[in-house]
Amino acid sequence: MTTANVVKLGHGRKGLSGTVVAVGAAAGSPGSSDIQFDVELERRLLEIGLVEGAHVEILHEGFIGRDPIAIRVDSMRVALRRREADAVLVQIDGGAGMRRQGGRDVA
Amino acid sequence: MLHELPVRAFRVALVGNPNCGKTALFNALTGSRQKVANYPGVTVERKEGSFVTPAGRHIMAIDLPGTYSLRARSPDEAVARDVILGKAKSVERPDLMVCVADATNLRLMLRLVLELSGVGIPMILALNMSDIAEHRGIRIDVAGLARELGIPVVNAVAVTHDGTSALLGAIDGMLDTIGPAQASHWSEQSADEVRDAHHAADSMVARFVSSSAGATDWTSRIDALLLHPAAGIAILLAVLFLVFQAVFSWASLPMDLISGSFDALAAAVRSVLPDGMLSSLIADGIITGVGSVLVFLPQIMILFFFIILLEDFGYMARAAFLMDRIVGGVGLHGRSFIPLLSSFACAIPGIMATRVIENRRQRLATIMVAPLMTCSARIPVYTLIIAAFVPQQKMAGFVDLQGLVMFSLYAAGIVSAFVVAFVFRRWVWRGKSEPFIMELPGYKRPMLRSVLMGVLQRAFIFLRRAGTIILSMMIVIWFLSTFPGAPEGASDPAINYSLAGMLGHALQPLLAPIGFNWQIAVALIPGFAAREVAVGALATVYAIGGDADSLGAVIAAQWPLATALSLLAWYVFAPQCVSTLGVVKRETNSWRWPVLMFAYMLALAYAASFIVYQLARYLGG
Repeated sequence: MTTANVVKLGHGRKGLSGTVVAVGAAAGSPGSSDIQFDVELERRLLEIGLVEGAHVEILHEGFIGRDPIAIRVDSMRVALRRREADAVLVQIDGGAGMRRQGGRDVA
Repeated sequence: MLHELPVRAFRVALVGNPNCGKTALFNALTGSRQKVANYPGVTVERKEGSFVTPAGRHIMAIDLPGTYSLRARSPDEAVARDVILGKAKSVERPDLMVCVADATNLRLMLRLVLELSGVGIPMILALNMSDIAEHRGIRIDVAGLARELGIPVVNAVAVTHDGTSALLGAIDGMLDTIGPAQASHWSEQSADEVRDAHHAADSMVARFVSSSAGATDWTSRIDALLLHPAAGIAILLAVLFLVFQAVFSWASLPMDLISGSFDALAAAVRSVLPDGMLSSLIADGIITGVGSVLVFLPQIMILFFFIILLEDFGYMARAAFLMDRIVGGVGLHGRSFIPLLSSFACAIPGIMATRVIENRRQRLATIMVAPLMTCSARIPVYTLIIAAFVPQQKMAGFVDLQGLVMFSLYAAGIVSAFVVAFVFRRWVWRGKSEPFIMELPGYKRPMLRSVLMGVLQRAFIFLRRAGTIILSMMIVIWFLSTFPGAPEGASDPAINYSLAGMLGHALQPLLAPIGFNWQIAVALIPGFAAREVAVGALATVYAIGGDADSLGAVIAAQWPLATALSLLAWYVFAPQCVSTLGVVKRETNSWRWPVLMFAYMLALAYAASFIVYQLARYLGG
């Protein structure tokens, strides 16, 4: 899952669109030492519809540090922080999404 | 009783995701026949109502808090789970569940329906807002879905006259054949089970829902403006400005009416009853005391009118999105923003509004800092002192000095709230963080009736508090300020000889380092009833009847400037409001938090006043 087209959702920029390929532990944890947090986060992401196979698109970015982000998950809209979005791996759609997907440095 | 025995009402619970329009449907079913209370031991609102089905059955409907899963992670969701599983204290297990789904966004609810199918209670799936779905070109194969799920599926529209008739018919149909609820074999789903349920729901959506694109996507268009990094913030600030204008300007007339009628009532009681303890208790203790809190009712109602209106429209989630980075920086949740904002009117509705924050720690942190926001009860104290001590002059030609001092007091409150929240999150709950994941619901036109009903329910909750906890606090403070009475031939005001007076005199040495004289010390005691009561109490202590102008002249002549500044600093922080502490006790269900709040605010107030007083003296005040 380390092909060039697969990125962490939390690293995406406005306009990125793709398909969720992994959520939670399978996506590689965001590196927090809090295992309880990671387990809770995975469930919460799944419950709100961020599940493997879902289509996502980044719609809006916050005005400070482009955080949090507002995304479309299939037919609904969800807001989340980039740190949490990093627990979601996205396979970018071919075409436009690729170019706009910027290289935000890992904090 | 000679009436025939009442038939046991069937209990129907409304279950659904947040934002699915469940409450609107509940309102449509029950009309105004509803009551709001709390579940025992928790501060989750319990909404129940009754209605009669076309077949004549009496139904007790219960509107459960919105949830995405039975795996409860907030007190609200825990209540929903406990009621469904029959574990809730004092709430009977429902006979039937109506699963309310947003017809424009079925998938998440289908997942929850699959999870609920294990709990052993018969279900109906109501596709709410089916008119909007139809308008957007979403077609749902209702019969196919019903076959697949094995439960009745009906369309429902909460906002039209007969939009609930199919649902009512289905409820009757189910109750014709209903057996007793079965034992639950629900257990918490693992992450993989959640994934599986999602895939099952996805497959149903693929087979039974078709959507033809083409309808205008209003939500995206509105979001493009309201979530725009620059325009969105500007609009948010404009909305806040308008809300505050409304809260303060619209409320002034009814507030004058309320305080006027309480004054008249107190005067009438004094004139009817003979002078004595009873007259004093009723007029000075109960009527004046409760009146000093009830006067905030108009502000609270106007504030909640806007909060509920914006919430129903779908804007509150956007405001939380825009503010998340700012309030999130100190460890609060984007949703903390609204309660903190409400606290500028009064900390009580602010603390009541923290219920929208799911996470307990973030909610507690928000509650703890809410009273630092400059509530309107501080304004009479601030204006009294500012008018008496700050010269009316312009700085640099255009900045009004009095306005500048007022602004600094507001700013001091905001900054300290952020610092305290940061300290709480950093040291008290170190390292515990909580994901910020929030649905941004589609925009909807708010229904005035539903908004007004919400406002009335808030007003009712506030009145009930005023009638119970606030009333009892007022009586205690009256007692302290009245007993024992003045001795024969006393020359000073009676309060000087009371317990409050003694307490004030006893505390005065402690308050000397912050520049308070005994008159201030004594006035602060009844000032615990509500902050603005201190103004009246000061007038009593200085034995001046009536208006604030003459009081201003007296204190301007008697207090050094350093004392006045110190008292302003005190009022930024001091926990001078027993009603707030009472509400915190109620909302947190523990004495621990109000005690901690009282202690930290008192410590901050003393420290701030000490620094201000000593500095002002050093600089020649």
